[in-house]
Amino acid sequence: MVLNTSKVALITVLLLFNTVFLNAAETKEKEKKESFNAKEMIMHHVKDAHEFHIVEWNNKPISISLPIILWTNKGLSIFSSSEFHHDDSGHQIVEKDGNKFVKLHEKIYQLNNGSNSVEFNKEHHPENASLPLDFSITRNVFMMWVSVILLLFLFITSARKYKKSKDNVPTGIAGFVEPLVVFVRDEIAKPMIGEHKYEKYMPYLLTVFFFIWINNIFGLIPIFNGANVSGNIAFTLTLALCTFIITTFSGNKNYWKHIFWMPGVPIPMKIFLMPIELIGIFTKPVSLMIRLFANITAGHIIILALMSLIFIFETVWVSPVSVAFSLFIGIIEIVVTAIQAYIFTVLSALYFGMATEEEHH
Amino acid sequence: MTITGIAAIGAGLAAIGAGIGIGKIGGSAMDAMARQPEMHAKIQASALILAAFVEAVALFGVVAALIV
Repeated sequence: MVLNTSKVALITVLLLFNTVFLNAAETKEKEKKESFNAKEMIMHHVKDAHEFHIVEWNNKPISISLPIILWTNKGLSIFSSSEFHHDDSGHQIVEKDGNKFVKLHEKIYQLNNGSNSVEFNKEHHPENASLPLDFSITRNVFMMWVSVILLLFLFITSARKYKKSKDNVPTGIAGFVEPLVVFVRDEIAKPMIGEHKYEKYMPYLLTVFFFIWINNIFGLIPIFNGANVSGNIAFTLTLALCTFIITTFSGNKNYWKHIFWMPGVPIPMKIFLMPIELIGIFTKPVSLMIRLFANITAGHIIILALMSLIFIFETVWVSPVSVAFSLFIGIIEIVVTAIQAYIFTVLSALYFGMATEEEHH
Repeated sequence: MTITGIAAIGAGLAAIGAGIGIGKIGGSAMDAMARQPEMHAKIQASALILAAFVEAVALFGVVAALIV
């Protein structure tokens, strides 16, 4: 009972604070719209970037420059992103291989022949520039490589440990990896795919589980500037496409029969179900893609929005609230990193299981 | 009302739907776990998967709102 009353009191206080701050925000925001734009800041953090921006120190950005690789109509152009001098508004022009490039909102534009500066139309889109094919090593690609190297190190060293040990007892890193591998095998692969066929899919399931998990965790580490790898729709699209291809190619006769000629229902129903099941083939990977993308991106946006409250209200007194809330969300996000990796793996395994299920008699 | 305002309302409605759905899943899972504690692990796993399905629908709404 005491607990209940204190809880109610706490919630009331928080709600009160909330309304006070909201009102303050309404009045303040009208005056100070130019000085701090939370949406721009958040989007800048969530999106991919051409340089690894770490911190702003004495008004000078400290960052790691990454290579820019472009394929233009005159061939390949490679240069460092430092040549843009941290400019993201399209003013710094870089001349390479007879082409002029500008960087605008983290997109590299190629100026048309003869023009010396970017001209904008009414919607603030560049008018006299085109987009070359961009194969740059961006922040996300860089972070992905880091996680690949880390995973290789993790698994190669633990595999070596097993080779060396005589009685197959896991030691060192292997002791950390083995329970997770066993978890994926016993809790995900075996119940979803079945005792006899699961082994074929284990490499893919393990890869997906660890790759998503480690990238989710990297996204939460502030010093990497929250490189939002698993919150990038291209990344999740690729993984979902892999699941889709494996499901489609491992589909047996029974699987396709359930899609095109559902057994056990009258013929009008079979015809009715065929297009629905056909769409279902594609909605499964699409939902995999959007689930991971939206979950991770939403987590990043919430943490950043709570942090930017301090700058929106322009008072240090909001910081305890904002830090406490973002810590709370941060802890939830740590759980979410594992849950999302688990769910992606479970659903992939479920689809493989559906594709390889034998007919019931 | 601007189009972003309407989009925000749409995202909010999607969140309400997901809240009801996940609440029902959680409540039923808790009931089931209390009745059969020995099935705890299995119920928890399937509850998580079902929550993911419900959540995906809400996230479709959120993504649609973001695109607008």
